Amino acid sequence: MIRSLMTLLSLGVVLAGCGGNSATVPSSTAASGPGSSSPGGGGSAGATTTGIGGPGGLGAFQELPGEGDGPLSGLVVYFDFDRSEIRSDFNEMLAAHGDYLASNSNVQVRLEGHTDERGSREYNIGLGEQRAQSVRRVLLLQGVSTGQLGTVSYGEERPAVLGSNEESNSLNRRVELVYP
Amino acid sequence: MRMEIYRSWVGARVLTGIIGVLILSSAVGQLRVEIRRGVERPVPMAIVPFSWEGSGVEAPFDVAGLISADLGQSGRFQPMDLRDMVSRPSLPEDVSFQDWRIVEVDYLVIGRVIEDVPDRYTVIFQLFNVLRGEEILGFRLTTTGTELRRDSHRISDMIFESLTGIRGVFGTRIAYVTERQEGTEQQFRLIVSDADGANALEVARSSEPLMSPSWSPDGRKLAYVSFEGAQSSVYVQTLRTGARDRVSARAGINGAPVFSPDGRKLVLTLSRDQGNVDIYMLDLTTQVLIRLTRHLAIDTEAVWAPDGESIFFTSDRAGGPQIYNVPARPGARAQRVTFEGSYNARPRVSPSGDRLAVVHEDRGNYRIALVDPDTGLTQVLSDGRSDESPSFAPNGALIIYATQENGRGVLASVSVDGRIHRQIASVAGQVREPVWSPFPRS
Repeated sequence: MIRSLMTLLSLGVVLAGCGGNSATVPSSTAASGPGSSSPGGGGSAGATTTGIGGPGGLGAFQELPGEGDGPLSGLVVYFDFDRSEIRSDFNEMLAAHGDYLASNSNVQVRLEGHTDERGSREYNIGLGEQRAQSVRRVLLLQGVSTGQLGTVSYGEERPAVLGSNEESNSLNRRVELVYP
Repeated sequence: MRMEIYRSWVGARVLTGIIGVLILSSAVGQLRVEIRRGVERPVPMAIVPFSWEGSGVEAPFDVAGLISADLGQSGRFQPMDLRDMVSRPSLPEDVSFQDWRIVEVDYLVIGRVIEDVPDRYTVIFQLFNVLRGEEILGFRLTTTGTELRRDSHRISDMIFESLTGIRGVFGTRIAYVTERQEGTEQQFRLIVSDADGANALEVARSSEPLMSPSWSPDGRKLAYVSFEGAQSSVYVQTLRTGARDRVSARAGINGAPVFSPDGRKLVLTLSRDQGNVDIYMLDLTTQVLIRLTRHLAIDTEAVWAPDGESIFFTSDRAGGPQIYNVPARPGARAQRVTFEGSYNARPRVSPSGDRLAVVHEDRGNYRIALVDPDTGLTQVLSDGRSDESPSFAPNGALIIYATQENGRGVLASVSVDGRIHRQIASVAGQVREPVWSPFPRS
């Protein structure tokens, strides 16, 4: 898992070095390009105008979390019973979120930890917290800054799915990435 | 206070109280107690309707009816059906023991309610051993309209203790959490009611979760966890006024608050240190916070031993949740207490300190078990699939807990000898996290 992370990180570094300093993303940032005035003018204006294409599929428009069908579209990480380790099938998704957040330092996300209904409530608050902290650590490793990450644990108090079978339980053992 | 003022003040209070209960009871919901399994031979007894001497057709309160419900719901007694009573004495000289031996009751309760002045009553009762033809207990007490229910419970307590040697808990209260779908929202409520479910009153309400109520030892306050504002905080609320203090809103978890036996401190769970879930002690007066555990594992659900010297808590430092004990001072080492089974959590200590009630996994089911903290010996008491949140009655003879019935959260109780099982059903919504009040201080 570390190796793929390193690969992704270095890919990110290479891209940044391309000068394809992204065009835009969410509506709040002013696109600077031909025909628009960039406040404060001068300086790095030239480096901001390109932004189309580039390797790795980071095109002119960056996907928003929860949209599309790429790795950034998933907003929920699932866990095994009584465990808080991140399973490897979520590495790509968390890498995409980490990358997105590291590239957009004004964006914050709330990591909400949950458990299934089995066992005692306050212990489950603790388990939900450990799950949220696991996701938080992975994102920090990606260069996301601490101020962008908030955590809360709801334990078993806010299930995604009602029911007492394993299918429902597995859908409740989760961390939700909640963007504003 | 002069009699006239007192009378009208009480009258207004009674009216307000009744209206208040009526408004709340539809949303709050009454609890109903049912015996699921009692002792093999509950002791048969007759509680004769008390006579009434006063204005109006009948007494303002059915004292004998409440005593009968209390003793019957304890699972140890079988009150006689009123229709089978051949005679209804209210004076000792009118009692013919032969009448009662014929219907095979072991004990007889008779009494009178007398109106001294409007809204001031004298209640007299006697308890007899039918076989021996002897009076065991006889008392008179004075009371008011609003106090009649409470004083009837006190009579039940006296009779119960006289016949069983165990102090009664009929005059105690419980607090619990309800959750109900209302429109598009879940509504969470913290409720306080009498131990039999009557007089249910809403203490707090939120569209975000409420959890983990804990009584102060003087019965005047509740500590609890609230997720209002989308983060967990610990509050301490004064019941009489509804005023509350937010005593912990640190980053991360603020949970599992429990009052110390002297009422001056809370033990609680925080994760302020880099997300590590650990147990802390907070002095409510000085605000001094002392850390009691320091471990990467989940340490939570702390509760005080009755001597206030140590804490029992849940930790999964051995791989899965087990119960540990740690002296209530910084730097002390925790000792493991439970060794039977792979899951033991949410400890509560009996009033005498000689037993723990825990949530114990038993062949795939979560059940309430008693654990001897010295030997680790474990005895499963309940028989549900997902039983949780045990709480001892202050006489140590009963444990109330939460369970599921047909997919709905309900309350139940079991006697510590495992013989008496009761279900306490709610009319509205899910009910959980029951916690038994201390004995009232009056």
